[in-house]
Order: sequence, then structure tokens, then C-alpha cells
Amino acid sequence: MTTTAIALSTRPDGVPDGTAAADLQTVDLASLRAHAAGATGVDVDRALGRSRRDLGDFAALISPAAGGRLEEMAARAHGTTVRRFGHTMHLFAPLYLSNECVSVCTYCGFSAGNDIARRTLTPDEVAAEGAALVEAGFRHLLLVAGEHARIVSKGYLRDCVAALASVVPQVSLEVQVWDTATYQGLVAAGADGLVVYQETYDRSTYAAVHRLGKKRNYDWRLAAPDRGAEAGMRRLGIGALFGLHDDWRAEALAVAAHARALLRRWWRCEVTVSLPRLRPCAGAAGPPPGTLDDHHFVQLLCALRLLLPDVGLVLSTREAPAFRDAVVGLGVTHLSAGSHTEPGGYTGPSDAEPQFSVADERSPAEVAAVLRGAGYDPVWKDWQRS
Amino acid sequence: MSIGATSPPEPLTSAGPADDPLVIAGRSFTSRLLLGTGKFPSSAVMGAAARAAGAEIVTVALRRVDLDAGEDDDILSALDIDEILILTNTSGAVDADEAVRLARLARAAGLPEWIKLEVTPDPRYLLPDAVETLKAAERLVADGFVVLPYINADPVLAKRLEEAGCATVMPLGSWIGSNQGLRTRAAIEIIVEQALVPVVVDAGIGAPSHAAEAMEIGADAVLVNTAIGTAADPVAMAAAFRLAVEAGRAGSRAGLPATRPSASASSPLTGFLDAPPVTVPVQ
Repeated sequence: MTTTAIALSTRPDGVPDGTAAADLQTVDLASLRAHAAGATGVDVDRALGRSRRDLGDFAALISPAAGGRLEEMAARAHGTTVRRFGHTMHLFAPLYLSNECVSVCTYCGFSAGNDIARRTLTPDEVAAEGAALVEAGFRHLLLVAGEHARIVSKGYLRDCVAALASVVPQVSLEVQVWDTATYQGLVAAGADGLVVYQETYDRSTYAAVHRLGKKRNYDWRLAAPDRGAEAGMRRLGIGALFGLHDDWRAEALAVAAHARALLRRWWRCEVTVSLPRLRPCAGAAGPPPGTLDDHHFVQLLCALRLLLPDVGLVLSTREAPAFRDAVVGLGVTHLSAGSHTEPGGYTGPSDAEPQFSVADERSPAEVAAVLRGAGYDPVWKDWQRS
Repeated sequence: MSIGATSPPEPLTSAGPADDPLVIAGRSFTSRLLLGTGKFPSSAVMGAAARAAGAEIVTVALRRVDLDAGEDDDILSALDIDEILILTNTSGAVDADEAVRLARLARAAGLPEWIKLEVTPDPRYLLPDAVETLKAAERLVADGFVVLPYINADPVLAKRLEEAGCATVMPLGSWIGSNQGLRTRAAIEIIVEQALVPVVVDAGIGAPSHAAEAMEIGADAVLVNTAIGTAADPVAMAAAFRLAVEAGRAGSRAGLPATRPSASASSPLTGFLDAPPVTVPVQ
């Protein structure tokens, strides 16, 4: 695959030109936010009636005015999803490699300040976890780790990817962000997907919740999907952790604009968007400042589908079973299932601290059975390696 | 056939499937409806739809097949592979190298050497890359595969692929999964006019009427997936497409009359020349 070389190998001040991150900076999010606050019923009608929608339409669809039109939005979101993706649902599992972390982040159980049981799997243990997940049916694994460049090093990650690439056709990464050269090494080892949640697109909130560590560098993180794409990753996952910032509509606009920017800039990549809501975890202090309630979650899910008909929308086990089952038909295309968020959790009891508490504890087979009952064909395998 | 006959209806004498086989790479098929296997609510429904469609060629994405399971794979086991030709497709390939690699993996796994060549670097509209498709086709033909390439409705590319030894060309009617019908009709008409290999209209066929239209303008076959797989009743829709394809083919062979921009009475100006002589009553 040919890509245009953009100098992303060094850590810049700000975001480099020629990136989706830079494109995002040019979007007038403040005006869109105002439109999301003041959109009228006529704006909502127009947004619903269009066959191709823009960010202005998206703002109208997440507005209070559209809040009373959920059933209509859901019907359109369902139809759009079925036409594009059919009656199928991709299943994947997170595989936690390590909960070691040097960053201090207020919302994460792995945060360096937390006095928790730490564990880093050896590549052999990773292979054993992978084998257990393959036995459960999975063919797409998402490797997750805390931020610790010495323990969760480039070489360690390459070894883990290589250990799994021989048994699963799709290996995605959700680890600390790296430079392009490191991503190239991970692609060569067999990784083909990169997930980087910005957590919050609001810079002041970002600074407040990321207290210590490399993750404090907002722009370096924002351009990580660009670096991954430049390195040859086929799938890019983005998202905001809803609950960190007190204005979910502002977060939604930013994540939607970021997705559109990635789609334009990296047209060969498949883009997925996740809508994680903050869950209880070790060290968390009190309830999250910004809650995205179920009504607003559904409104956002449908609005994203109507703006981005071809983008994968991901729902994790952060959500409760009944809610997951109910929203599956409204635009979701990718589900995790049977997740353990503590390293070593698939091969036996692990005393390591989980990243967050899982709300849907059903087994992969149980989730697959529910999907089949709802008329969806679970898709476990979606690529073939040589 | 006499009116009131109690025997089952016979095939149409001028266009019945029995005397009008579709021949691809020397192999004859009765059905001109090819089926894709994605987007169905289950493999069981897909298999039932294939039977209702009367499909003899069914395309399967290698990326979705569990090669370790062999014929026990969920998708393959739903199909009667003694009756149906499995046409492996290279869906997901972004360049010629990947497409060639997937085709070879399919052959190594014991699947037929018939390949529906798809090279779609853009994962959203899944539009085919003409340059990489031609490169891959040349390599696969040289490697002994029967190659059926998915292409944009580009008449020159169709001829280039034909010259490269492809068994068919498969131009899109509109974007894959869009159900928009024959947006590329004018270009497909040129491809049909020029083709020395069967033309299979693939992608965008969203209703039985679209399939009939493709057949009426002279396509040799159509490939349908989304419109059947996402229908409220996929099996009934498969049967409807079967009828539409047969009707469209029959209409094409029967010789469709030319269309006119306006209504026309028969010979309003010169009809008097052929009018029967007027009998003038004798007074």
C-alpha cells in the first residue's frame, strides 16, 4: 500500500499538516455546538430527510429538538445499518496484556497512583489467553495495555502481536500511542487495527483528567490514528469516554468530525467509533461529571449512524446486558463479549486489577445465542491471513 | 400449450432456461441468477434462499470462511456443494497482491479454481480498483484460475479484462449494497454490445425489476446479495428474483420493441393506402 509520507516520526508541537488531526482543528466546533443547542424542528426535519448528511445535520440530530424524534431516528438508523452491514454483528474480545502504567489518569483503574495488584503477561501467557479466546470462537482480538514504555515496550508488543498473529486473522491494538516507525514494526508483526480513544476532546478537561505521564500530550495522541494509518494499519478506532467532560454534545461533535476527517484523509482505512460510558473503577472519585443517559446514548448512536452510514459502531461490555440487547439493532456493528479487563482473566482466576468493572458478564456463546435469536448472524472471522 | 391443460406449464419455448444455458469458461448453467452470501440473518436462511433462487453459482468471501473447518464451515455447510459452484471471492483485498494471495489460499484449501476477483481499496463504497484488478486478473489467469472480475461499468476495462483471459466481466449497476439499480445502464449497454464473454451485472440490483431490466438490456446474468439477504423474507425474495431474471431473459430473447418518446397511432397519415376498399352502396 502506498501512503504519502508525512513527517510524523518525531513528536511535534501541535499537530502536523496533512493529518486528520490537523483537519479537525479547522472545523468550527463552537458554531456546530451552538447549532446543536438551538436547532429547530425544521432543522431536524431537514437533517432526517437528506440522503447525505453533514456535520450541521448531525448537530441537529443530537439537539434537544431531536430528542423527541428518537423512534423515527431509530427506524432510519436501523434501516441504514441493515442495508450496509446486513443482519450481521462482528464479535471481538479484548485481551489485556498488562495493567502496569506510569500515567496518572483519574478515570482508569490502572492509574499509576492506584495501589493495585499489577501483572504483565509473558508472550507465552498471551498466546495461552489467545488460544482460550479462539476456543470460545473469537478471530479478532484487541490487545490492551497500560502505558509503561519499559515493561510494555515496543519489542514486547511486537512479540505479543506475533504470538497471536498465527492463530487469529485480526489483531488490533489499544495501547499507549507510538510513532510511525513503531507502528510499522507492529504492522509487520501482524497487527492490522489501531484503537486510540482521545478520551475527551475538550482540552481543559483532558488536562484535568490526565495528571501525569506522556498521555498528557493531547496533540500527540490526537494524531496517533494518522500515524497508524501511515504505518499501514487497516482499521482505525476512535472514541470519547463519555462522562469525563460535562457536555456530551460537544464531545459527540468532535468525535464525529474526527471520524469524518479520518475517512477523508485515510480513505483506504475502515474507521470505527466507540461510545464508551465511564464505569466504576479503582481510584475513581465520585460520580462522573457528565453523564450520557440512555436516551441521549440512543440519540447519539442513531445520529452517528445517520451521519456515517459506513462506519463501524462499537459497543463494549461496559454496557448492561438488557441495554446491549436493545440497542443492537440501532446502528451497532461490533460487539465485544465475555470480556475480562484484567490481564490473565481468560485462562484462570487472575488477581490482577481490572481496568473497569464489566457490566455484561455473559459468555460469548450466550451473547451469540441472543444475537441469533434477534435475527443477527454473529461474524467471528472477517479476514484471512496467508 | 392448450388452454385449460392440466399438465404443469412448460418452459417458454423461445426463452426457457433449458435451451438457453449460460456458458462460462465452457461450463453450462441453467440459472442466470448468481447469489452472494453476505448479510443474511443466518447461514440456514442463506442456504434456503440459494435453493429458492435456483442459484447454481454462489459467491463466498474467503475472509469469512473458516478454512480449518473445511466443508463443516458454517457457510459452506449450508450449501449443496454438489449442485452449486462455490465462487470464492477476494472481498477485502486492497491490491493485486492480496487478491492473488487469497485466490491461492482458496485453491490450497480445496475450493474451486473459480474466483470472483474483487479489489476494493476503499472500504466504504467498495468501488473496484481498475488498475489493481487488471494486474491481478492477468496473474490469476496465468496461474490457471477461472477469473470473474468485479469492475466499474467501464467498457474499455471490460475489453482489456476479456483480452487478459477473464471468463466474464461483472460491471456494477450502482454501488455495492446501495439497491439503486442500473445507474450505469448506458455504459453496461456498451459493454454488452462489445463483449465476447458473458456479462454479469453485479452490485446495486435492489429489486427484482432491476434484475429484469439488466437481463432485458442483454446482460447474460446478474449477481444479487443485499436485496435478498436483507429482505424481510429473504427466501421469498430469492424466488421473486428468480422469476424476474427468467422474465427479463425471456423478454430480451423475444425481441423487445423499440421505445418511442410519444404515443403513436398506427399509420395516421398513410393508413388509407392499406384500408379495405369502401363499398359504395348501389343506389
